[in-house]
Amino acid sequence: MKQLILKEIDDLIIGSLGIVAFISFFIGGVVAIQTALNLTNPLIPKSLIAFATRQSVILEFAPTFISIIMAGRAGSYITSSIGTMRVTEQIDALEVMGVNAINYLVFPKIVAFTLYPFVIAISMFLGILGGWLAGVYGGFVGSDQFITGIQTDFIPFHVFYAFLKTFIFGMLLATIPSFHGFYMKGGALEVGKASTTSFVWTSVVIITVNYIITQLLLS
Amino acid sequence: MIEIKDIEKSFGDTKVLKGISATFETGKTNLIIGRSGSGKTVMLKSLLGIHTPEVGTISFDGRIYSELSKDEKRKLRTEIGMVFQGSALFDSMNVEENVGFPLKMFTDKKSRVIKERVNEVLDRVNLKDANHKFPNELSGGMQKRVAIARAIVNNPKYLFCDEPNSGLDPETSILIDELIQEITREYDITTVINTHDMNSVLQIGEKIIFLKNGIKEWEGNNEQILETRNKSIVEFVYSSDLFKKVRESLLEEDDEERSNDLHLNK
Repeated sequence: MKQLILKEIDDLIIGSLGIVAFISFFIGGVVAIQTALNLTNPLIPKSLIAFATRQSVILEFAPTFISIIMAGRAGSYITSSIGTMRVTEQIDALEVMGVNAINYLVFPKIVAFTLYPFVIAISMFLGILGGWLAGVYGGFVGSDQFITGIQTDFIPFHVFYAFLKTFIFGMLLATIPSFHGFYMKGGALEVGKASTTSFVWTSVVIITVNYIITQLLLS
Repeated sequence: MIEIKDIEKSFGDTKVLKGISATFETGKTNLIIGRSGSGKTVMLKSLLGIHTPEVGTISFDGRIYSELSKDEKRKLRTEIGMVFQGSALFDSMNVEENVGFPLKMFTDKKSRVIKERVNEVLDRVNLKDANHKFPNELSGGMQKRVAIARAIVNNPKYLFCDEPNSGLDPETSILIDELIQEITREYDITTVINTHDMNSVLQIGEKIIFLKNGIKEWEGNNEQILETRNKSIVEFVYSSDLFKKVRESLLEEDDEERSNDLHLNK
């Protein structure tokens, strides 16, 4: 089981770092540029660019947007790999041997996704870094102003809120695609359909749960 | 020995197995044959415990499956080896890991001992130097050999094979059939094979059960199947074009010989 968990961590968590880092860095930069371009009033301090970037990245972009990306990347991988095992009788083989197939296939993925908040922490850091680089080197804001903006009105509870929902999204990312793969019926074509359905449902549930958690914790 | 008594299984309103009784003997290759939709797969899956018959009993050397506790059922499952139609090898594991999987899951054996046993069974199925290959690097025949090796690695008492020749060329099919028969005798296990391959039927059918529309229509062996005048069996055995043509050509040759003999006598 230990080996299976390590393999899932490698496939699902470490394997996703590249795309998460790439998207986070550039989206952070874009958020900073968009905010800067919309700040036409000279009375509004430039540090607001950093403030807006920080709030967008920590509250929504990193936990929610990256989770939707992960539903496509890791979720489709989970559904198609388990679905292919179903189609090619590998799950039947496990059951005939007396192995609890759900425990064997799904549990390591759930354990792997407990590390998902670390991915989001990296995403948050790179998003803000991207915003700083785009803001400072794009000539929109000075480095000191950006650092000041990042520290302005910082509420630690927001970080707790972000990581709490990240953890819940991680559990959803592990279980919904696994369900769609495990209980699929048919052949290779249905594996593709199951992956698509799984992505749609995971995204819908993430967005809905995001709304509920935000309503409960922040309103 | 596996004994089934009056088993019935339905899916919705469709009754697939209609009161089948049979005995599968130890040390023999027992074949379940019949056309597609006759209930072969459902019967095999009922024997494996994947389907639960609504009526009737299945007993493994006197142990009635439905009366066993959860732990006893789990123990029984470790005594079963299964060769699936498509081999069902785990894609993410190489040959050695696939074959050693049941030992790793159900025994406390050290990895060195597991490796020795894996090499032993791979040697038995004539697969050497393939330990580190992955399933997608193997031919269909090699995959079947790995599946057989995985099925026997834990010294099972019962071996089930679902159409083991499916997708193989005739020559490889014969080799796989021979291998299954040799292993059955060597390990003295109860082997049940689900097939509609006539070559297998004639080659290794030490006991044959013919199913038709969920009913056991006939029971016998590979010699009796050629002698029986049961209409369903005759239609099944000589259903392929190949057999019809061979039969016709043999009959024509026979007629020519007779007419030649008549000319010579005259």
